[in-house]
Amino acid sequence: MDARALAALAANPGCRRRALLDGAGVDKGALAQALGAPANFGQSQFAHQRGNSFEARVKADGGADLVRLLHERLRDGSEPPGPGSVATPDLTAPGPQGRTARTALALREATEAGRWALLDHPMVSLDVAGSPAFLEPDAVVVHPDGSWTVVEIKSFPMVDGSADPAKVGAAARQSAVYTLALERVASMIGEPGQGGGAAKNGGAAKNGGAAENGGAAETASASVGPAAPAARADSAPVRARVRHQVLLVCPKDFSNLPTAELVDVRKQLAVTRRQLDRLTRIEEIAAALPEGTTFDLRLTDDGRVPTRPMEELTAAVDSVDAAYAPECLSTCELAAHCRTRSRAAGQVEALGRGVRGELGGLTTVDAVLTAAMNGPADKAPTGDPAVDALRRAAALRAEALAARPEAVACR
Amino acid sequence: MSLITTLARMEAVREGRAQPLTTVRHRHLSERPLAFVPLTTAGEAGAPLGALVGTDRDAPRLLIVAQPRDRDLRFAFLAELAEEIQPYLDSYGDEVELEERKETDPETGKKVPVQVELCQDAPQLLVPSAAGVAFVRLLGRSMRFRRTAEQDPETPFPAPARVPLLGRWLTHYGERARVPGSCLLLSLTELLSRHWATGQSNLEDQHLGSLLAWIDPPAGVPGAEAALRAESERDEAGQLRCPPAGPSTDPAFDNKLLAPAMSRYDAARAEAAQGVAGGAARLRLAEAELRGLVESQLRPTWDALWHGVDLLRALPEGTRVADRWKRDRWSYTGHRDRVRAGEPPQPKLDDAVTAAQKLAARETAQAQLDAHEALDDPLVMAGRRLAGEAFAGEVIDVEMAWSDAKVPRPRPLVTIRTEDRPHLAERVKLHRVTADGRAQSGEFAGLADLDDAADLDGAADVDGTADVDGADGSGEGGSGEGGSGEAGGADVVGDPGDTDGPGHALVVRLTGGMGRGKQPEPGTVPEKGDRVCWTLFEHAPRGGPELPDPESTPWTHGGPPDAAAPAQGPQPDPMTEEDYL
Amino acid sequence: MIGADPAAAAAHPGRARAGEPFDPSAAAARATEAILHDTLHGADRGVVVDSPPGAGKSTLVVRAARELAAAGRPLMVVAQTNAQVDDLVDRLATADPELPVGRLHSSDPHPYDPVLDGHESVRASAKIADLAGLDIVVSTAAKWAHIKNVEPWRHAIVDEAYQMRSDALLAVAGLFERALFVGDPGQLDPFSVVGADQWAGLSYDPSASAVTTLLAHNPRLPQHRLPVSWRLPASAAPLVSHAFYPYTPFRSGTGHGERRLSFGVASDGSGPDRVLDEAAASGWGLLELPARRTPRTDPEAVAAVAQVVRRLLDRGAVAVSERSDEPQPVAADRIAVGTAHRDQAAAVRAALAGLGVSGVTVDTANRLQGREFDVTVVLHPLSGRPDATAFHLETGRLCVLASRHRQACVVVCRAGVAELLDEHPSTEPVQLGVTVKFPDGWEANHAVLAHLSEHRVSWRP
Repeated sequence: MDARALAALAANPGCRRRALLDGAGVDKGALAQALGAPANFGQSQFAHQRGNSFEARVKADGGADLVRLLHERLRDGSEPPGPGSVATPDLTAPGPQGRTARTALALREATEAGRWALLDHPMVSLDVAGSPAFLEPDAVVVHPDGSWTVVEIKSFPMVDGSADPAKVGAAARQSAVYTLALERVASMIGEPGQGGGAAKNGGAAKNGGAAENGGAAETASASVGPAAPAARADSAPVRARVRHQVLLVCPKDFSNLPTAELVDVRKQLAVTRRQLDRLTRIEEIAAALPEGTTFDLRLTDDGRVPTRPMEELTAAVDSVDAAYAPECLSTCELAAHCRTRSRAAGQVEALGRGVRGELGGLTTVDAVLTAAMNGPADKAPTGDPAVDALRRAAALRAEALAARPEAVACR
Repeated sequence: MSLITTLARMEAVREGRAQPLTTVRHRHLSERPLAFVPLTTAGEAGAPLGALVGTDRDAPRLLIVAQPRDRDLRFAFLAELAEEIQPYLDSYGDEVELEERKETDPETGKKVPVQVELCQDAPQLLVPSAAGVAFVRLLGRSMRFRRTAEQDPETPFPAPARVPLLGRWLTHYGERARVPGSCLLLSLTELLSRHWATGQSNLEDQHLGSLLAWIDPPAGVPGAEAALRAESERDEAGQLRCPPAGPSTDPAFDNKLLAPAMSRYDAARAEAAQGVAGGAARLRLAEAELRGLVESQLRPTWDALWHGVDLLRALPEGTRVADRWKRDRWSYTGHRDRVRAGEPPQPKLDDAVTAAQKLAARETAQAQLDAHEALDDPLVMAGRRLAGEAFAGEVIDVEMAWSDAKVPRPRPLVTIRTEDRPHLAERVKLHRVTADGRAQSGEFAGLADLDDAADLDGAADVDGTADVDGADGSGEGGSGEGGSGEAGGADVVGDPGDTDGPGHALVVRLTGGMGRGKQPEPGTVPEKGDRVCWTLFEHAPRGGPELPDPESTPWTHGGPPDAAAPAQGPQPDPMTEEDYL
Repeated sequence: MIGADPAAAAAHPGRARAGEPFDPSAAAARATEAILHDTLHGADRGVVVDSPPGAGKSTLVVRAARELAAAGRPLMVVAQTNAQVDDLVDRLATADPELPVGRLHSSDPHPYDPVLDGHESVRASAKIADLAGLDIVVSTAAKWAHIKNVEPWRHAIVDEAYQMRSDALLAVAGLFERALFVGDPGQLDPFSVVGADQWAGLSYDPSASAVTTLLAHNPRLPQHRLPVSWRLPASAAPLVSHAFYPYTPFRSGTGHGERRLSFGVASDGSGPDRVLDEAAASGWGLLELPARRTPRTDPEAVAAVAQVVRRLLDRGAVAVSERSDEPQPVAADRIAVGTAHRDQAAAVRAALAGLGVSGVTVDTANRLQGREFDVTVVLHPLSGRPDATAFHLETGRLCVLASRHRQACVVVCRAGVAELLDEHPSTEPVQLGVTVKFPDGWEANHAVLAHLSEHRVSWRP
């Protein structure tokens, strides 16, 4: 799962189907295709190109512009970064584990160095339901005071200082995932009295070329632990911390010049934390499934054509409850399938989450219509306020429609 | 969503087609609207790809940007767009009538009547969806600060005069569209979903094709199925049969059709520029191909838009729609005057006073719209009655009474039997329209004993401290619950726990609308047996207080805005290598 | 872009020093002195005072108004509703029967509380000219906004400033030179019925609260905080402070044991009796009904609320407090029922009438703002709901409901709210430049629920 997918879990945390499929790493897009209800998702190559070229431009000068932009937004009265003052450590390493370890090393070094540093496409990991997910923020800036800022580069514009709130919200949730993953790294660095030692070890690892082989992950994670010896007890300890404001960089107005705003992600962080905690309950969901349930598509040898019978697959998917709502259509690949099932069952949520509010215990369209239409002639109250209100609504509606002008009767 | 709307949606599910939410049309539809169906380049809301535009449904003008990254092509598109739209906007500017208005005389400071021009009609822009309205705003923002060669001989990309002018008009229309009930710029999805409830959610109704499929499904096809086809059915080549109403395109279209065609266009253009033999012909061919592709995505939406217009025109117009349209005409006339007076384009951001004025005007417009719709339409009124904001019933008793002022005024007590359960408290103000269309005011005077009704205990619990001047802004509506009546007093009726009975009787004391004499004018007091409908909401809500001039912005709001603003308005946006729009 | 970090405003003169026992009276007095000093002698054009529930806001306003008047500085007072204006005028006139106070009112019929006519020194008029020369003139923001062409007052007090909208302040700020702004940041925010997103992030967003705009433009104004809630008992202040004022904590003015609730009649073992006993013992009680999706006017929950009130009266509840040496009976007028919606309040009223109870205040959170009772019974805003909406999660609503009582608060709720909160989607849009408001409704609801669950009485009616 990438950060976007993790962040999307917050869109419908009550959906057990989604939690299970995501937690198990099932390709929901392929599953939806195999179920005959493909999602209308997909990215246009124009958007993709535009995003890449803008990001490249933002980082073009070794990150100096980006760090200057960040410094401007901080408005903390500190010295602006001078020419050549931004370090850009090399983060190349083989494999996600290697890159994660390399990133941790670079963060530690940069934090220790007490100067600006830009980490371009670092890699961090987060434990998701028992297995690591590797995440790649656009950039992380290390401040001279040892704090870190997540940088998120998006290609939607900020026009006159404001941007599409839905898109900013999505960017904030995505950034919160990175922030959380970085906090785990930070917690292993710069324990008071430990920072120097960790940095020294990190330096040694780099000099020794350990980062260039796959074993780097082991080496690095061992050396960042609290057990690392405090080799430089004389120096002030560096306390690594992740700032809870991320820098959102977007094109300014209609140009391709970057502009940026700090976005407070404390709320999104809290949401992400509890989503991850909830994901650990996946085992409970899985335990309730019938024996032998699997979402395997049984792809042909070329990996293209699913051979599993659709009925079988449908039954497997339906064995775990979904909490479909129309909002799913824009956030979950499986939504079209869930919508079909929800409509077939007549669930009122298919018309929107909001409709439930006044319906009380009535959960299907049929139940609502029956309650509304089949009132007793004496209009005696039923004791269920939802039913009484529905009957009044139906009577008022019928009265008004009966009185309408002839011109509309044709419809 | 109100319960009555929820019910309509469920009826739509059962019937397999949309159900009416209104009995009349609550928005003005011009006899000659201008339709504008834009497309943008994916991932980049600011880069137009093409548009169909025009007033003739059978002959729209197709404009395209063959290579959206090319500034010259983009500017040419905007110039063409201005050529198409600006004459339409201007064409309503000269047919005027004279209206009398009170204005403050600058010399005496007194309000004096003056004759002012009001355009007899106003141009109306229609776009497919709410995203189209946002795009109009964005276009306006990007065009209105462009400089003409006349304004600035140095400008590297001088714009024809119509381009910044259209930018100002689109900005005006985009802002006006934020005023509840305004009709200068409308989207079809909003128009249609105001008048019909489909068997799907609000979110799904944003898709024009899907919405129309519910309202007017093909013969024999249930709405749900027709909507699903409109939303997702693809041809053999994987292309949507009903392309999205824009301005975003479908990624499959971009990747499979548009991108290769654009590459061919780029290649042909390069060849043509180098003078390669046949290059010019290939360029024409490539451009024609692109035009065909863009049109293939636009035309279904264009036709859907007019289909929606037909459906709406079949509804009779609400009585008070013309009153609101007159405000739109004032708005159009006012902007015409500002343009003619040579005022600079609208600023990028509102100042504090302008923002507050706009908010106040929109709140008034919302209250007015809500009242108008209810008064024009028994089905809308039914929703207000269900919500406890109005009640209707039969007059069962009238008792004459007078106020105890020095000159007694008529204060008759009218008893009404109703099954509605309004949120009433003692002395809550009530409003109604008399049979001859005049406004009448009253106040709730308590419950009456109904021979056949049970004892109504609630009457003991009257709370007389309702806020009478509306200063209490703390209703429930703020978080999307929409309960505008929630700020009033404690209820004496309308509690669902209170039992039984086919209805109850409410006493209303008439306080106005009876003429000036000691005796009410004939016909102004309802009689026994009349059916009346009282509302708790005002019918002609007043606007807020006058705000200070921007130059007198108080210290709490940052003081007067910067007076050194350039006469031409803000600087134009800088041009960069790969800018958009 | 706008607003100050709430933590930055934490420095205040009323904080207890480490190691010393907390003396609430002294802390409150220090805060009040500092506020009055800044108001009367400070150089700034504005002073902002945050007041948590029951911290003596009205007392402060009355005192500041009287001191300004006594110093020969006539002032105008701006409140938000007519009820608030009437209450303030009544308090001013009661505190100082000689003080000339003007009550500027609307031209509607019955524009003000007739109680004011009983005060000799209070003059009421719809015209400002009639009130010229009075020491203090009080009115609503809406009425003040129509006053034009008058010499500005040198001083003003703006009451309930957090419930005032920025545009309302814009309309009246020209009437005064400087002002004391007082309010409770934890209660319900102002709102607009039409969209105001286009101004989100602007310092003068007309739909924001008056204080937000004021501080965005004048970030260096002195900001104070009343540090002690005299209303909330020692059992309630920590929870309300932690859940709703995480960056600006306050304390209770009374200690544990200083307030006591007891009953003359022993429990009959029913759910309502058991929850009342729990609330009497601990200050909080949660009467939890079986989980079920219900309409807003859930008949069982409504009946349970009414039953709790009925038993509270039947069992002869008496309250001990610092206000009197003798235990005082908790009569109907010392009890309130709070709900989220008006139809719920109406249903509770009918249910109480059915049980023969009268005189108990039953109202929505909106209308309970600023009120105080001995015991409150609250129908939880999320009880029985299929989903949590922004309306139901609004922290101000729960804060008002959980902070009206001097003795104890009983919450009636269906089981399952914790799960409901967990399943609440978090996909809020984010506006650039808008200060994030804390606490988050979700977090605050969980905090309250977690505390209540320690005082749970499960009951199947």
